[in-house]
Amino acid sequence: MSHISPVLWQFLEKWLANSSLFPAEASTIAPYTDALYFFLILISLIGLVIVALLVGTFSVLYNKRRHPVAVQIEGSTLLEATWTIIPLGLFLIAFVWGALLYFRIYNPPPNAMNIYIVGKQWMWKAEHPGGQHEINALHIPIGRPIQLTLISQDVFHSFSIPAFRVKREAIPGRYTTVWFQATKVGSYHLFCTQYCGTAHSAMIGEIIVQTPEDYQAWLASSVSGASLAQNGERLFATLSCNACHNANPDSRGPSLANVYGSKLQLVTGGSVQVDDGYLRDAILNPSMHVTAGYAPIMPTYQGQISEEGIISLVEYIKTLDSNYRVQQTLNTTEIQNQKQAPATAPGTTVKP
Amino acid sequence: MSSAATPEQELTLPKRNFYNTEYGLLSWLLTGDHKRIAMLYLFSITFFFFVGGAMAGLIRLELLTPLPDLMASDTYNKVFTLHGIVMIFLFLVPSVPATLGNFLIPIMIGAKDLAFPKINLLSWYLYIAGASCFVISMVNGGVDTGWTFTTPLSTHYVNTNVLTTGIGVFIAGFSSVFTGLNFIVTIHRMRAPGMTWFRLPLFVWANYAASILMVLGTPVLAIAIVLVALERAFGIGVFDPTKGGDPLLFQHLFWFYSHPAVYIMILPGMGVISEVISTFSRKRVFGYAAVAFSSVAIAVFGFFVWAHHMYIMGLSNYSALVFSLLTMLVAVPSAIKIFNWSATLYKGSISFDTPMLYAFGFIGLFTIGGLTGVFLGSLGTDIHLTETYFIVAHFHFVMVGGMLMAFLAGIHFWWPKMTGRMYPEGLSKVAAVITFVGFIFTFFPQFILGYLGMPRRYHAYPPEFQVLNVLSTAGATVLGIGYLIPILYLAWSVKYGKVAGSNPWNATGLEWQIQSPPLTENFTEIPEVDHEAYDYEWLEHKNRQEVKSIG
Amino acid sequence: MDSPVIPTPPTPAVEQAAHAAHPAHLRHHFETVEQQKEAASFGMWLFLLTEIMFFGGMFAAYLIYRNWYFAAFADASKTLSIWLGGINTLVLITSSFTMAMGVWCAETRRRRGLVLSLALTILLGISFLGIKYNEYSEKFEKHHVPGASFSVETFVNPTADEMKNEKIVALAPDLAAKTEIYFSLYFAMTGMHALHMVIGIGILTVLLIKAWGGAYTNGHMTTIENFGLYWHFVDIVWIFLFPLLYLISRHV
Repeated sequence: MSHISPVLWQFLEKWLANSSLFPAEASTIAPYTDALYFFLILISLIGLVIVALLVGTFSVLYNKRRHPVAVQIEGSTLLEATWTIIPLGLFLIAFVWGALLYFRIYNPPPNAMNIYIVGKQWMWKAEHPGGQHEINALHIPIGRPIQLTLISQDVFHSFSIPAFRVKREAIPGRYTTVWFQATKVGSYHLFCTQYCGTAHSAMIGEIIVQTPEDYQAWLASSVSGASLAQNGERLFATLSCNACHNANPDSRGPSLANVYGSKLQLVTGGSVQVDDGYLRDAILNPSMHVTAGYAPIMPTYQGQISEEGIISLVEYIKTLDSNYRVQQTLNTTEIQNQKQAPATAPGTTVKP
Repeated sequence: MSSAATPEQELTLPKRNFYNTEYGLLSWLLTGDHKRIAMLYLFSITFFFFVGGAMAGLIRLELLTPLPDLMASDTYNKVFTLHGIVMIFLFLVPSVPATLGNFLIPIMIGAKDLAFPKINLLSWYLYIAGASCFVISMVNGGVDTGWTFTTPLSTHYVNTNVLTTGIGVFIAGFSSVFTGLNFIVTIHRMRAPGMTWFRLPLFVWANYAASILMVLGTPVLAIAIVLVALERAFGIGVFDPTKGGDPLLFQHLFWFYSHPAVYIMILPGMGVISEVISTFSRKRVFGYAAVAFSSVAIAVFGFFVWAHHMYIMGLSNYSALVFSLLTMLVAVPSAIKIFNWSATLYKGSISFDTPMLYAFGFIGLFTIGGLTGVFLGSLGTDIHLTETYFIVAHFHFVMVGGMLMAFLAGIHFWWPKMTGRMYPEGLSKVAAVITFVGFIFTFFPQFILGYLGMPRRYHAYPPEFQVLNVLSTAGATVLGIGYLIPILYLAWSVKYGKVAGSNPWNATGLEWQIQSPPLTENFTEIPEVDHEAYDYEWLEHKNRQEVKSIG
Repeated sequence: MDSPVIPTPPTPAVEQAAHAAHPAHLRHHFETVEQQKEAASFGMWLFLLTEIMFFGGMFAAYLIYRNWYFAAFADASKTLSIWLGGINTLVLITSSFTMAMGVWCAETRRRRGLVLSLALTILLGISFLGIKYNEYSEKFEKHHVPGASFSVETFVNPTADEMKNEKIVALAPDLAAKTEIYFSLYFAMTGMHALHMVIGIGILTVLLIKAWGGAYTNGHMTTIENFGLYWHFVDIVWIFLFPLLYLISRHV
């Protein structure tokens, strides 16, 4: 894209977008996708024209009437090599270019703002960290990298924003991520692009890109309750997580202060980078993610917590930057703790 | 034993041929004759083609307007699911192999029948049994999972006839396996003396490569369907994330077959194109060995690219990289074939009979379809294009613009051999052109729709997509007419068509040296082959020493 | 791999005379008995290849899940009886032996020997299925059949007996839940295997009846040979299933 004059590119892009034969380019990555697309169209056109010319010219020149006797030609290794190597070369260029683009789209920058998306039949739920919830819509500010962490509550869905040229499946059972940075204010289509049942084509919405000021205004006006982290703190207590995950020296579970983003040693000897997916899995399948030095006594919360609940917990754990913060949680929930039955001990039957 | 058709001679049908050696329904239903089985298949797949086509008509009608106003969403979902299942399993997979392949392969290699005639008949019965399961499923309310049976949708979230349809797929799959098995053994063990591998017509090579795919790939689909059935019936957990299973495992198992499946569908068509281009340019195919090896290369590489259907589904970035690279490699042999066919025209003597028109249509449309495959194989563009109408356009270009055109080319080319009669040439040319024009209008706008972002399997869409959809439906109407016309004149020609004689096209190949229609045993004596494939000099020489035909 | 040269076909006059002379079992689309034999053999090997691909899908699933949930797989595997599995393995290997004996009898035209071998193979096959049925019903009683009635009680709260005799270790409930996947694969794989055995026994019965009438001891034993291939294949699948399903981590 840098090789084409920016003025020419803008003109071309505007003309294309207005022709309703081409989607608007509304993200930083869109021009890169379009550039690769145009390259592919170019080589396809050239290939098609070559084939059409060959077939057309030969059909005319060697028409039965003009050329009644055929000349038997066995082949030509040189020609075979040519039309093997040149297409292969062009396809490999497409491969390398496409791979670079792919890595760009699926590797978010470190300062990306994270928004959670939960897909279910047949709606998209967006969970902003500040506690704003949206259904079938997503408000984002222009000019900031946004990472989406997606998961599905039931079947495969796919979160697609054609104007941004990004798409990612929302899978039941684990998080997937995609990122983008919007470049144009406006409202763009959001589609579900993985067939998910009856109302698949109704699972559509809008991505609303706003100026930073409008976005702040929207944020302020749509908070109706706690932020995700606050909700997570509440759940942390009601689900008795703090019975084991407190900052006491004799606690049964490891302290979660600063655990997000750290490298954790596991009992199996290996180590793992703690990210959203790890935290989710540790809540649902704790026996397979036992921290070194601790016993596998954590009960599973499979079936007892929704995806939104897990997201809240993950957001809360992200905010635990010190033991003091953990202590704060304990203090505010001590009364709830005392009222609850003792935490589950090993060997107790728990429904799987 | 053969005579080149000369316009002045008054030709008659041979007195004895495979149609009249025996009479009666049972003689057809219990036949071991590969040619009769081929005709049985021809009727069945044509019938189901129109069933699938009717579904396509309903889809396009609904998509005339942006609102879901013609049918309920559930119905629409069932219609496109059954369109896919019927077209793929009951039409595309068996089309060339089970009709033209069954009919011609033994004759082309100089044998009297396939290696296992009873298993050949069993294949047809399995096809009918599988098809019946789909009919039962349709009558019972249909199935709406999409032909891809994605879990956990198909295992836990729909209450339509998944099991019935799954059983149908399982059974139809074994029909395909047995056909492939038969072909492989026949081609290896029953070639006539002198018919070495490199004297085989390229049609045989293409079907051989497709047979390898049928034999190795289809059982994996079978097991994937079995696991879906078990998951659905008993909740075993193998694809259920709440029980520790992985829904992506189903995707891997499913696409491990379904990608080679697309090569099963296209390779025999490519074989037809080789034969047609050679005959109507009066020239040997340029680069015989390259085309033959390309078929095998497509078959081999085709097994290693399945996850290019899954790039955005949560594959690791590095797996995606490997599959994308391999996808680029598998695109090359197809390109080689296109160039070889184009080069075959050079210094040929080209006539434009109907089969040749279809072959030209194939070359143009398959080139476009195949190149758009590169768009999808390249990771970055695939993110934007996957699951949109771009994919729908891509596979319809290669399957309909490619495979179906090749099938029609083959049917027209070998029609005189199979029935002894010619179809009306003028009308057939018109139908070919109508099909081509209708096709372009139906599916080219879908590329544009795809890039605009219109998702596939959508019942309703944003209003700005309507113009392109209307264009597509208009094209579909023309396309439908283009497909109906051949049914009419081909049926007519069976009784009233001009008698063709054994070699109306003056083509090479053993099938043109025997009478039309052939005897049940094909050859009165097994030929000894002493010439190369597409040896027009040998044919010239033979024509000069005419021998009267039998019967 | 194969020779393109096939013996020259006879002239029409010779063929008339020879028609009475060629074996009744030579099908008319083949030129010689060797060609027919080779084709049948090749066909059976190809069919077995498709069977390998068929079972391969389940082996792939097994590989992945065993890798992910090894502790659950190991524990669940311990609930299977090594004795019964071992006996079954011996039974199947012996049946492969009796089948091979049958092929030899057919080749050396021993009708009684062939009938005896086939009968023994059938008996051994039925014993295998009987023992399998016993194992399945035990699993049913213990609620280890995947589905609505599945229970992880054995793995979360093993009785002292189970811990001593079968060496089952207590697992955390979420890990124990993964044993359902093990059992799914156990039933799917052994069930599919048993289905192939049932079909095999069915065909064996037909072959037995025909062998009694002398059908395979007159020089045309291709059917017996090719069925032998099928039977050995079914045996080999079991040889893989047994260690994979029964012997996970038994040395501990």
